[in-house]
Amino acid sequence: MNRAGLAALWSFWRRNPLQLFTLVAGLALATALWSGVQALNAEARASYDAAASVMGEGRYDQIVPRAGDTIAQDTYLALRRAGWQVGPVLEDSLTAGETRLRIVGLDPLTAPAGLGPVSQAGDTPLQTVLAEGVLFAHPGVAEALRDATSQRIVADAALPPDTAITDIGIAQRVLDRPGEISRLIVAERQPMGRPALDRIAPDLVLQPSRQSADIAQLTDSFHLNLTAFGLLSFAVGIFIVHGAIGLAFEQRRGMVRTLRTLGMPLRRLVLLMGLELLILSLVAGGIGVVLGYLLAASLLPDVAATLEGLYGAQISGALSLEPVWWLSGLAIAILGTALAATGALWRIARMPVLASGKARAWAVASTRARGLQAAAVALLLTASLALVTVGPALGDGLIAGFAGLACLLLGAALALPLLLDAMLALAQHRARGVLWQWFWADTRQQLPGLRLALMALLLAMAANVGVSTMVSSFRLTFIGFLDQRLTAELYVGVDTAERAAALQDFAAPRARTILPLLSVDTRLADQPTELYGARVGPSYADNWSFIADDAGTNGRVWDRVEQGRAVIINEQLARGADLWPGDDLAITPDVTLPIAGVAGDYGNPKGQAVIGEALFRDLFPDIRATRFGLRTDDPGDLRDALIEDFGLDPGQITDQAALKRFSLDVFERTFTVTGALNILTLAVAGFAILMSLLTLAGMRVPQLAPAWALGVTRRALGRLELLRAVILAALTLLVALPLGLALAWMLLAIINVEAFGWRLPMYLFPLDYARLGAFALLAALLAALWPARRLARTPAAHLLKVFANAN
Amino acid sequence: MLLEITNLAKSFAGPEGPIEVLRGIDLSLGAGRTLALTGESGSGKSTLLHLVGGLDRADGGRIVIDGSEITGLDDAGRAALRRNTVSIVFQQFNLIPSLDVGANIAFQARLAGNHDPERAHALANALGLTDQLAKYPEDLSGGQQQRVAIARTLAAKPRLVLADEPTGNLDEATAAAVLDQMLALVSETGAALMMATHSPNLADRLDARVHLSLGRLA
Repeated sequence: MNRAGLAALWSFWRRNPLQLFTLVAGLALATALWSGVQALNAEARASYDAAASVMGEGRYDQIVPRAGDTIAQDTYLALRRAGWQVGPVLEDSLTAGETRLRIVGLDPLTAPAGLGPVSQAGDTPLQTVLAEGVLFAHPGVAEALRDATSQRIVADAALPPDTAITDIGIAQRVLDRPGEISRLIVAERQPMGRPALDRIAPDLVLQPSRQSADIAQLTDSFHLNLTAFGLLSFAVGIFIVHGAIGLAFEQRRGMVRTLRTLGMPLRRLVLLMGLELLILSLVAGGIGVVLGYLLAASLLPDVAATLEGLYGAQISGALSLEPVWWLSGLAIAILGTALAATGALWRIARMPVLASGKARAWAVASTRARGLQAAAVALLLTASLALVTVGPALGDGLIAGFAGLACLLLGAALALPLLLDAMLALAQHRARGVLWQWFWADTRQQLPGLRLALMALLLAMAANVGVSTMVSSFRLTFIGFLDQRLTAELYVGVDTAERAAALQDFAAPRARTILPLLSVDTRLADQPTELYGARVGPSYADNWSFIADDAGTNGRVWDRVEQGRAVIINEQLARGADLWPGDDLAITPDVTLPIAGVAGDYGNPKGQAVIGEALFRDLFPDIRATRFGLRTDDPGDLRDALIEDFGLDPGQITDQAALKRFSLDVFERTFTVTGALNILTLAVAGFAILMSLLTLAGMRVPQLAPAWALGVTRRALGRLELLRAVILAALTLLVALPLGLALAWMLLAIINVEAFGWRLPMYLFPLDYARLGAFALLAALLAALWPARRLARTPAAHLLKVFANAN
Repeated sequence: MLLEITNLAKSFAGPEGPIEVLRGIDLSLGAGRTLALTGESGSGKSTLLHLVGGLDRADGGRIVIDGSEITGLDDAGRAALRRNTVSIVFQQFNLIPSLDVGANIAFQARLAGNHDPERAHALANALGLTDQLAKYPEDLSGGQQQRVAIARTLAAKPRLVLADEPTGNLDEATAAAVLDQMLALVSETGAALMMATHSPNLADRLDARVHLSLGRLA
């Protein structure tokens, strides 16, 4: 019985291969986009985990310098003598050939068990590690390292990407930083009664383990963004699946009734249909997972560049996916199918055996259903508003923001059929001429069959408008920001303080202004912050703009900064610590300054603060600038002089245009992934329309035959089909545009603030929207072309059959 | 008796309260016998067939088929009854559109687990369908589709064949030919036949006839 039942069910797909293709392709695309994003996230997280497990990042408390990046060997020894169980770590980057890698040196004897070469030694005895100077390197960099050092290299895939790990003595030698330590790892067990840290090393600060897991925390928002896009793409794909299954089940009502009449028990039938969908979802899921892998592999280099550019997080450049990823891809395909099919299966399970076997006008919404839909729309839009306005106050603002976005998109998608129906009804009401009245009425009749594809199109177009507005607004703001900040015509870096002094002497008569780039990493208001000492002048005063300042009440901001009476902070620090103009900020234990201004700062997640150069030099006398901005009217001449007369390597000089170009390249690359997902989502929506139109074309004959019989030619009917698709796409675009702008506002004003700590101004880009609209209309036209051609060529005999009594 | 119906009653909910469709029906049919159910539209013929075929539940009375009471059967029991004992020919044919003629003929027998390819072929031959086996229902005329439905019914070797206006969608000549074939084949298999029809001529060709009027046997 099972075989016969399955054969009958399968025969439907065999006779309707287009619907089978729609279902499988929709599910495969949905799974591919979702699992591709998950693959990217999984790969990045695996890299963070490797860093955490091999080098203890995030697992142990650490002691770090209050400012700068070096701990003196004597300070370390003093701590050890005082009873502190700490292990030294030296970490720095090294360029081997064209490969840039991270060298991490640990002391195997004092590092907590399980870290670094202690666990990596494996078959290699510990003595060998210490005596022979073995470097354990990620396979991706092992080869490059072999060419750069004479130390023995052991490739180890368990290490974080682009990383080599070794004994600290060897690291000091390889990095040419003798006697230096970057940080100290604090063992979990410490002796009682040891002296406090600030008594032995007041320049050091204890960083709790949770705070040192910065990378994982910082990148969470990026991964959440990716996940949200993956989910949106998945939702668009599931719309297609829902449509395909809903239509197929409606068309099979007659078969279901016949099967039951012939003795197939209902429960068995529902189980077989479930089994059929399970098999289809496994096949489509398998295809989707493979496509997802390919998608992730193609996007991974851009994601890696984004994560490194934005957060300094290193992730592997190659996918190494666990079986659990493949299984979860299949699971999401099954879950998606279940979501899409539950309603249809439920209706079949409740269908009386003597119910009509004819497919109802597919998915026609009853008045009650429309009322429920309208109520759901109102509920979702209210929930969206509530989540956006009060959500952040209740808990995780980012989650609340995304939930608000989801409610907005879902509510709008559900509202679309109601809005379209109202617009079409108005057009029908105003139509002059019988043909147009028929056309509008017929279009309304088509709406239920096309609504899911149109909802998918709405979501894709709104996402496109929203994300492109966000990215373009960000780009405009970022370009303005670069213009503000990169005021010097040349940027020059030297290796030593002595060379820096000589450079200043050399440049003084040749440059209009020399701007030393003085900075130190520190913690202000408990936030990791870069503190800058600025040589205040027109370069700063004329170019920087503030999102908030107290110039109105206290006078010019930069004058007070120059005099050491105020500090400027960036928006990230302001929002992170809730500090605004007028508040005080402790720069060191002894120096507290009022905040005079808050500046927008785009492209980094950390806090920044700017004080005057003189105060900076007082507070941090050991910090010497080795990078400088040079203002000049003739950058070409100055550049030549620096190379030929001062002997600088050309690589040590960067001109303003190159720096801006580089920054913009990083920016563009950051949004490559978003752009790719955006286009894919739009393509999936276009595919949904094509498949819906093709599927519906097969069911259109009975509706078109009367019009044909009354004198409308088949060619004219085909043309009207084309027009119908374009009109529906255009009306959907009308709804998508305001929805997309609302989405953009939420991304800029809520999601960005929660995820990155900055709020961007919103700009409008009418030309971009016009281009998207033209693209959407063209896509709808192309999608309708084939079905319309088929309709235009429907044999007269098929049309005549509609009027025959024979079934 | 193969079929015994006692005091059968059935009503449906209507806008102004329950509508009695059948009441006090007593009827019996022996194995190998044929019975015509006549009556006007709405007299309850189809409802009676649906109840006997286990497609619907009676409100009162008993239906015993081959010694088994079916009125108390659950859904699965009634499905088994339709699979193994009773088979129904509908006015609308009810073929599976995505299966070809050969697969449609074999389908119910496969469900019942008693598919006999030779028998299916012989039935197709007897009903003039041999050349149509690879075609799909949509490619057949109404008469041919009804022949396929009859072949499907008889291929499953039911004890009782129920036919609900089986020729109602066919022209007179085709209807006569189809009925000839159906009666001959039912007779060959030894099954009993209960057929609802409007046509007195067709009813005359069966062993017995009962007339339903307003839900009661006249």
